Amino acid sequence: MTTPTSTPSPTPTSTPAALRSGAMSADLAADGQRAISAPLGHALVAAAQRDERIVGLSADLAKYTDLHIFRDAMPERFHQIGMAEQALLGAATGLAMEGFIPFASTYSVFATRRAYDFLLLDICEANLNVNLVCALPGLTTGYGPSHAATDDLAILRAAPRLTIVDPCDAIDIQQAVPQLAAAEGPTYLRLLRGRVPAVLDEYDYTFELGKAALLRDGADVLVVSSGLMTERVLQAATALERDGIGVAVLHAPTIKPFDEEALVAQLGTGRLVLTAENHSVVGGLFDTVARVVASRGLGERITPIGLPDGFLEAGALPTLADRYGVSTAAIVERVRALL
Amino acid sequence: MTSPATPAPERILRLREAAHRIRQYALIQAEVQGQGYIGQALDIADVLAVLFADQLHLDPLDPESAERDRFQLSIGHYALALYAALVEAKVLPAEELQTYAGDDSRLPMSSMRTYTPGVEISGGSLGHGLGIANGVAMGLKRKGSERFVYNLLSDGELGEGSTWEAAAVAAHHRLDNLIAIVDFNDQQADGKSTHMLSMEPVTEKFEAFGWEARRCDGHDVPALVQNLTALRESTQPRPRVLIVDTTLGKGVDFLEAREKLHFMKVEPQEWALAHEKLAQSHRALTEDQAR
Repeated sequence: MTTPTSTPSPTPTSTPAALRSGAMSADLAADGQRAISAPLGHALVAAAQRDERIVGLSADLAKYTDLHIFRDAMPERFHQIGMAEQALLGAATGLAMEGFIPFASTYSVFATRRAYDFLLLDICEANLNVNLVCALPGLTTGYGPSHAATDDLAILRAAPRLTIVDPCDAIDIQQAVPQLAAAEGPTYLRLLRGRVPAVLDEYDYTFELGKAALLRDGADVLVVSSGLMTERVLQAATALERDGIGVAVLHAPTIKPFDEEALVAQLGTGRLVLTAENHSVVGGLFDTVARVVASRGLGERITPIGLPDGFLEAGALPTLADRYGVSTAAIVERVRALL
Repeated sequence: MTSPATPAPERILRLREAAHRIRQYALIQAEVQGQGYIGQALDIADVLAVLFADQLHLDPLDPESAERDRFQLSIGHYALALYAALVEAKVLPAEELQTYAGDDSRLPMSSMRTYTPGVEISGGSLGHGLGIANGVAMGLKRKGSERFVYNLLSDGELGEGSTWEAAAVAAHHRLDNLIAIVDFNDQQADGKSTHMLSMEPVTEKFEAFGWEARRCDGHDVPALVQNLTALRESTQPRPRVLIVDTTLGKGVDFLEAREKLHFMKVEPQEWALAHEKLAQSHRALTEDQAR
């Protein structure tokens, strides 16, 4: 198991380098940030050592989904399917039918937009234990809409029987993997790859499939967040605390089935309520939360923070995060404006 | 490429009887609804008879036995043919055919994995079966099983690109425990397959993809036995495919002659005649063999 490495942030030197798009960079963590390398790959190897039914598959993207760690450690347990996502999900289906526990990896856009019919009919209808671990959720590449899965939650929330996980960091991923393998039906993990920040080990927190967790409490604002947005919300909460603004953060990594009770327990206190997600504001966490609130007849107003209902521009990730209002600074500004 | 010896006449006669019963079961179901994919069920009956009464290792008392050969119907709209074959294989009771496509039935119009015993995959959306067969074949190999996976697809389904993704994967991974069967009846929803998106030459396409491929008349029972046996016994490290040329509505002459072949409507007064024509053509065939 890789342990987090703690390195102080380097002092900025004279002229900052031009921002690169980071399109093909595998790393999510900023320079000097505490991070774990390829958490998915290492966690999968550990899980597979304990359960011989676990097998790995990829559609030409093992290296870019951290599954190469598994491939290299257990080559006899790995199937390379080639650039054929429909065949990837078909093969995972057949292996699950024969009692194996496949972890299939590709980019989110290809598993969802391209092979959805196969996911729905072959895997979800049969309730097979197929686990999709899919990279580049939301805005984690500057490559543009062909690779940025800003719509995967919107597509997949409508898939019956599918469990959907949007992890915050390397800790979430490491702890989720054995639970996904143990869960009976199909699962989908929004994979963060490469050097992935380690954040949640600083909190009294353990990933539990299907559960949301209150990471910090606060009197003025409640933010329900998932995925990497939880890290930014936590940073924003720390900044706002200096101004005397108390921000509670409810981290909800399981989008479906959603932990309704944990959400409802936090409502009705008169706080400003926001959702924060690395996804389009259409069809993701905001809609999930709004649906719970409406179906229970609760009168809360909820403000969404998320990516716009549009095709994202290409560019450097920090630039784009600011432009679309999902950076830490943008969250701080938004909360101040709303209070 | 050598072929096994001609099967004994008693074996052929037994399989022709099985095919005849499958056709009868198909008509019984179709009559409940008055319409359906009747032509396809009649066209594939000989193939299913040879599979379910001769080639497949199945345990009717345990349709999910690990020791079974896996039979997957990729073409879900052929469901009534599969249900008929499962009755012939004693997995389903014959009385249940009366529930076909009705409320609360275990026999939906398009076959679904979780609805019916003996149905391995959900096949209503085309181009899925061969990809799943790959995973099953990989799984059987992982477990050291000697069993085979059979996947029945159609010529129209060859238009789905996913079929060719799967064909490439099967060959690359040398899945020699996979036998695909392509029902070439040259009919799909909008008309003749070869007039819309011709995939000919089909045998050569599969061979170019790295498969061992054969083609025969899908109503020639001895040829079906010989070719399927040869494919199963082949020692080549390649996936195998048998393309079978069939006639929609086979065995009921006035259905064979219908203009609207893909999804058939049969008038209430026509069913008795359909059964009679079926019996006639079966008699002619078996008497011909006896001569």
